[in-house]
Amino acid sequence: MRVALFVPCYVDQFYPQVAIATMQVLEKLGCTVEFPPNQTCCGQPMANSGFEDQQAGCNRVIVDAFRGYDYIVGPSGSCVLHIKQHLHHEDETTAAQIRSRVYEFTEFLTDVLKVKTIDARFPHRVGLHQSCHGQRGLHLSQMSELVAEPFSKPEQLLHMVEGLQLATLDRKDECCGFGGTFCVFEESVSAKMGKDRVADHERQGVEVITGADVSCLMHLEGILKRQQSPIKVMHIAEILNGA
Amino acid sequence: MSVHPNKPSQPHAELAQQFNKDEDRVNWHDETLWWIRQKRDKAAWSVPEWEWLRQTASDIKAHVLSNMHDLLTQFEAQALANGAIVHWAADAAEHNAIVHRILQENKVQQIVKSKSMLTEECGLNEYLHEHGIDVVDTDLGERIVQLAGETPSHIVLPCIHWKKEEIGELFHQHLHTPKGNADPQYLTGAARIHLREKFLTRKVAITGVNFAIAETGEVVVCTNEGNADMGTHLADVHIACMGIEKLIPQRQHLGVFTRLLARSATGQPITTYTSHFRKPAPGRQLHIVLVDNGRSRQLGREAFRNSLKCIRCGACMNTCPVYRRSGGHSYKYAISGPIGSILAPNLDMRKHADLPFASTLCGSCTNVCPVKIDIHEQLYQWRQELYKEGLAPKGKAVSMKMAGWLLGKPALYRFAGKAARTVLRLAPFMVKNSLNPWYKQREMPAPPKQSFSEWYAKNKKA
Repeated sequence: MRVALFVPCYVDQFYPQVAIATMQVLEKLGCTVEFPPNQTCCGQPMANSGFEDQQAGCNRVIVDAFRGYDYIVGPSGSCVLHIKQHLHHEDETTAAQIRSRVYEFTEFLTDVLKVKTIDARFPHRVGLHQSCHGQRGLHLSQMSELVAEPFSKPEQLLHMVEGLQLATLDRKDECCGFGGTFCVFEESVSAKMGKDRVADHERQGVEVITGADVSCLMHLEGILKRQQSPIKVMHIAEILNGA
Repeated sequence: MSVHPNKPSQPHAELAQQFNKDEDRVNWHDETLWWIRQKRDKAAWSVPEWEWLRQTASDIKAHVLSNMHDLLTQFEAQALANGAIVHWAADAAEHNAIVHRILQENKVQQIVKSKSMLTEECGLNEYLHEHGIDVVDTDLGERIVQLAGETPSHIVLPCIHWKKEEIGELFHQHLHTPKGNADPQYLTGAARIHLREKFLTRKVAITGVNFAIAETGEVVVCTNEGNADMGTHLADVHIACMGIEKLIPQRQHLGVFTRLLARSATGQPITTYTSHFRKPAPGRQLHIVLVDNGRSRQLGREAFRNSLKCIRCGACMNTCPVYRRSGGHSYKYAISGPIGSILAPNLDMRKHADLPFASTLCGSCTNVCPVKIDIHEQLYQWRQELYKEGLAPKGKAVSMKMAGWLLGKPALYRFAGKAARTVLRLAPFMVKNSLNPWYKQREMPAPPKQSFSEWYAKNKKA
């Protein structure tokens, strides 16, 4: 199985350890992982600001980089969702193929690799941040608003980790307030939302906040560091990689 | 036409920032509305077929939107046959003028009005006030904001931004209750006495309309306080004001909506009063004002027409993490929160250009919506429309074009990324300053020496 690693721009630049962990977990699970070097961004910053046409360059880069792979896997639900919903190109056949073959990391593990056990130990109290685009967009977990059977792909994986204690949050799927450019254009509300999310995890006594989307974790980390909190953030791939 | 002349015109972000100066108050506002969201969840889970109900309601409304002409004509014919007087208003100005004319014809200077978001949308209170008419809002929450000289901050809970102590002080000033008394039961009692005199003396009552049934020509009004009933039963003239999208085809469809409305709004199984008004009592008048005010235009916008399915339950506001932390007045429109942010740009794109950006696109609004409006998708679409109409801020347009250009060139991107990390490492003051909104309450991510692509080139390719 030839898997292309999709590493969104800010993960590449600021969180290389997340991409490394993602790659290593996939390799441990038997995938042949390749990293097409010429990749940049999913185009979401422009599109979510209203400039959908300005993501044409990104679309070209994505189509060139990921053409022909069986699967494309990325450690960021939001960027994966954006490709799924908004990737278009003059070569629409390839674009459609990429849209249908791109997976967020945890759903790839549970749905494609059908992982039942994971060789990882993490003896810590962990809080899971459900990222909105992963959850409500990609349906990685059931949404608290719906009257429907609960499930959670990230939780399913975390339960396989030895020693890991998963905390229950007061608000299990409230947005962290990152929202892309929202975090600077609506700074006060964005930061307040982040502070409130952090406070929920603090109330549950977690040592680590994890999640399947680095952008939310970056936001929460920015707040935790400013508050000089001992709570760390880690992408779920880092935990599943044995940590 | 200015819909709300007395409302502030600063952008949402600025008003939200002012709201956030008092963090304790933001916490209180957030927790109050979250409590209502939780009540809504509990009520929804008490109905096993909840998701089916939502889908059915959405489908019925889709049918209404596709058959607007026939259903409106049918409704009018039935209402006329029932003895009601039907008026058509193309916009807010016509609506206000029609209401004023009815008052003049009946030689009335003082009226009571129960809750109607349509009249808020049309700025009826201000208009009638300018024409010397005294309007008393009889919904308790609306009366509170009216006494305070404000507009509602929430469509279902108009004074949700007021604390009971503040209401005690307001009532002390206006209704002469004892200073310092903030007992909700006592204050409600005082409001009852105050409103009772209005109900008994006013000859015209205005109500909103929750549902209008095409099959029978009747209108249905849902309240918890019975104030719509008290007003209309004691008045000689009932004026029911409704947006044309309030239609449902038949009476048998009503139950779908009444089961959803109150559960979504407040977590109650049903509103305390669900009153059907079909024909005027002998010697009395029933006027129905059908208002377009941009609805036909919205119906013609394919991406946004579903917004007209809204039944005004307010669930999207209660669940919205941005609304809860910015307050209803930061939206500067009669209908605040996520639904307001997709309705308002239809009326005036320039004026409301900031609203589609007052969201993280988290999607919770779409999930609670009892008629399944894809609210967050429409927020995204409005952003695209605003840019196409040239209403995006200049600076944003320039930076997004640059970003799009740079991210279309992988080699340049890698160079720029390395440069940015180097700057952040060697000259952190370039970013860690008060000009960077991120840095105000958050630390920057620590810049690693190697990007992943650099690491991969060194460790994997060889």
